[in-house]
Amino acid sequence: MFATALIVFREVLEAALIVSIVMAASKSVADRGVWVAGGIFGGVVGAALVAIFAGYIADVATGIGQELLNASVLALAVVMLGWHSIWMATHGREMAQNLGAIGAAVSSGHRPLYALALATGSAVLREGSETVLFLNGIAAGEHDAAYALLAGGMIGLAGGIAAGAGMYFGLLRIPVRYLFSVTNWMVLLLAAGMASQAAGFLVQAGLVPDLGAPIWDTSWLLSEKSLFGRVMHALVGYVSRPAGIQVLLFVATLLGITVLTRLFGTSQHAARKSVTTPV
Amino acid sequence: MTFSAILTANRPWHVLTIAALITFASTSVGVAQEASHTLTIRDGKFEPSTLEVKAGVKFKLTITNATKKSAEFESAELNREKVIPAGASGSVFIGPLQPGSYPFVDDFNKSATGQIVAK
Repeated sequence: MFATALIVFREVLEAALIVSIVMAASKSVADRGVWVAGGIFGGVVGAALVAIFAGYIADVATGIGQELLNASVLALAVVMLGWHSIWMATHGREMAQNLGAIGAAVSSGHRPLYALALATGSAVLREGSETVLFLNGIAAGEHDAAYALLAGGMIGLAGGIAAGAGMYFGLLRIPVRYLFSVTNWMVLLLAAGMASQAAGFLVQAGLVPDLGAPIWDTSWLLSEKSLFGRVMHALVGYVSRPAGIQVLLFVATLLGITVLTRLFGTSQHAARKSVTTPV
Repeated sequence: MTFSAILTANRPWHVLTIAALITFASTSVGVAQEASHTLTIRDGKFEPSTLEVKAGVKFKLTITNATKKSAEFESAELNREKVIPAGASGSVFIGPLQPGSYPFVDDFNKSATGQIVAK
C-alpha cells in the first residue's frame, strides 16, 4: 500500500504543481476555475484512453510510440504556455492600467484561458496515464490487494493534491505587486523545462542527435529521484545528466518566449503611443 | 492530386525528395540494425540482469514485459525512463556510452534491478 501511495503521489505531484502555477498565474481572472477544471477533466479522460491503448501505442513506430506521444503532448503545452505569455505581454500593461473591475473583466474575457487549460490537460494526461497503467497493472496482478490498492491510490492522490494546494497558497502569499512577475517566470521556466523533456523523449526515440550525453552530471548535487529533485523536474525539467540538445532546447525556449514577449509587448506599447500622441 | 499523380508528374524534386527519404530511412534502419539488445521482464526480474554492450556505440534496447503488470524502465544514469505496459514491448535508444556500469530499475517494482555494462 505504501509503495502504491508513493508512486501515485509522485505522479500526481508533478501535475498538481503545474496546476497550482497555472491557477496562481490566472488569479482573479473570471472563469479560470472552469477552464482549469476542464483541462484537468480532459487530461483524466485522455490519460484513461492512453492507458487503455497503451499496448497499441507502445508498438507503434517500432516501439517509440510512447515517446512520440509524450513529445507531442509536451510540445503542445510549450506552445500554449508561450502563447499565453506573449498574450499577457501585449495585454498585461493595459490590464495593470485598468485595475478597475470593468478593465479586468474585459481583459480577462479575451485572455486565452484555453491555452492554460490545454497546458494543464497535457500535464494531467502524461502523469495520469502512467498512474493508470501502474494501478491497472497492480490490479491485474493481485486481485486480493484491491483494498490496499484503492487506499494507497487515494492517499497518494490526496498527498499530491495537498502539495499542489500548498504551493498555490504559498504563491498567493506573495504580494500582488510581485505575484505576476513570479508566475510569469515560473510559466516561462515550466515551458522551457517541458521543451527540454520533449527533446529528451526524441533522443530516447533515436530521432534527434543528443549533442553530447550526458553534457554534465549534477547527481552529486541533486538526485532527480529525491523529492526535491522530482519537484525541480516538474517545475524546470531538471535531470541530473541531461543531453546537450535538452539544454539547447531549454535555453532556446527561454530566449524564444522572452524575445517574443518583449517584441510584442513593446510594439503594442509603441503602437498605442503613436495613436494617442497628437500629430 | 492523388499520390500516384504526384509520382508520375514531371517534377524532379518530388523524385529527389522521395529518393532522399528512402536513403534517410534505409540509413536509419541500417544504424538500428548495427547494434541492438533485448531485455525481458519476467517473474519480477530483468533477464539478463547484466547486459554487456560495446562502449562508444549507440544501440537500440528493446524491452519486453512478459508479466501481467506494467513496468517502468528507469535509469537516472542513462537519463532514460519508459513505461512498458503489461505484455507489450518498447524500445529506447541508448549511448554511445563511456565504459562503465549503468544501473537501471523497474520503477513500478523496485526489486527488479539490473545494469548495463559498457566495455
